[in-house]
Amino acid sequence: MHGHADHVDHSEHQAHLPVGVYLRVWFMLFILSAVSYFVDYFQVEPLPLRWVLIVLLALIKAALIMNYFMHLGSERLSLVYTILLPPVLILALAAIVIAEGSYTSMIRALFGG
Amino acid sequence: MTEHQQAAVAGGRRSAWREIVADFSRDVRTYPFGWSKAMMWIFILSDLFVFGSFLAAYAGVRMAATQPWPDRGHVFSLTIGGAEVPLLLIAIMTFILISSSGTVALSVAASHERNRSKTAALLGLTLVLGACFLGMQAYEWTHLIHEGFLPSSNPAGASQFGATFFMITGFHGTHVVIGLIFLARVLLRVLRGYYDRIGTWEQVEVAGLYWHFVDLVWVFIFAFIYLI
Repeated sequence: MHGHADHVDHSEHQAHLPVGVYLRVWFMLFILSAVSYFVDYFQVEPLPLRWVLIVLLALIKAALIMNYFMHLGSERLSLVYTILLPPVLILALAAIVIAEGSYTSMIRALFGG
Repeated sequence: MTEHQQAAVAGGRRSAWREIVADFSRDVRTYPFGWSKAMMWIFILSDLFVFGSFLAAYAGVRMAATQPWPDRGHVFSLTIGGAEVPLLLIAIMTFILISSSGTVALSVAASHERNRSKTAALLGLTLVLGACFLGMQAYEWTHLIHEGFLPSSNPAGASQFGATFFMITGFHGTHVVIGLIFLARVLLRVLRGYYDRIGTWEQVEVAGLYWHFVDLVWVFIFAFIYLI
């Protein structure tokens, strides 16, 4: 599980955030979750706006978790970009899949099954 | 201020770029911290792709389904005093998982101080909250199956709902189980003074990273599978 060579963490650079930061982020996550729940509960119209709000709130929560809880905000930029850039490909995949999905839906509507 | 923020302020954007170039052009290792933490981040990246692909597929499958997608507010509701409260248990599960992320973050902070009792207590709390989450998810699954929703069929609507729901929440639940085992192992090691003996408490942070990832995935599952 560990090698003697590398428990000498020359850069055991540990992000030291004051406890208050964790508590404030925790509180914000509650608020953002509650807001997204109510966006759905109150069926905010128009529907695309509802979805945009829910996705946006999820992204903000994700950013808070990654930046403060996982300390990505205090890490080397090389790591930050290693983690944040490749998932852009997932967005590309989602865009392609959604385009395909809409086409498949049309075909099924036209030709049945 | 963090290292690279200070560098950036001192030398502008070029210093941030220099830091990236310095890391990637270094001879022996790119990331100037231990293997354990580096590999956990790389694993998290790969797992982001796993769940990201699943959620992208869910979007396509749902759009192409010819039969109606169930109303999640109705399917996942709890009836309290005669009133149907939509997604109540899911909301509680979300709060519990977020809280467990908070407790593990505080536990990691305590591990920096090498405070054995505080680290252990917070890890223990994280475990309890995580186990509660798992129990509630198990209850949701049981309830769904009882209503006739299976991975292959849906009593009223698109059968793809069950397929995507059970697979994605199943993968997430499996990650929760693995996380609980990992946290329990770290907790035992903290209690036995193992990390003092080996000289580094890094494993607490590594376990914390994994647990935060589990919460991160849930943020997106909550948004896409339950709300949208």
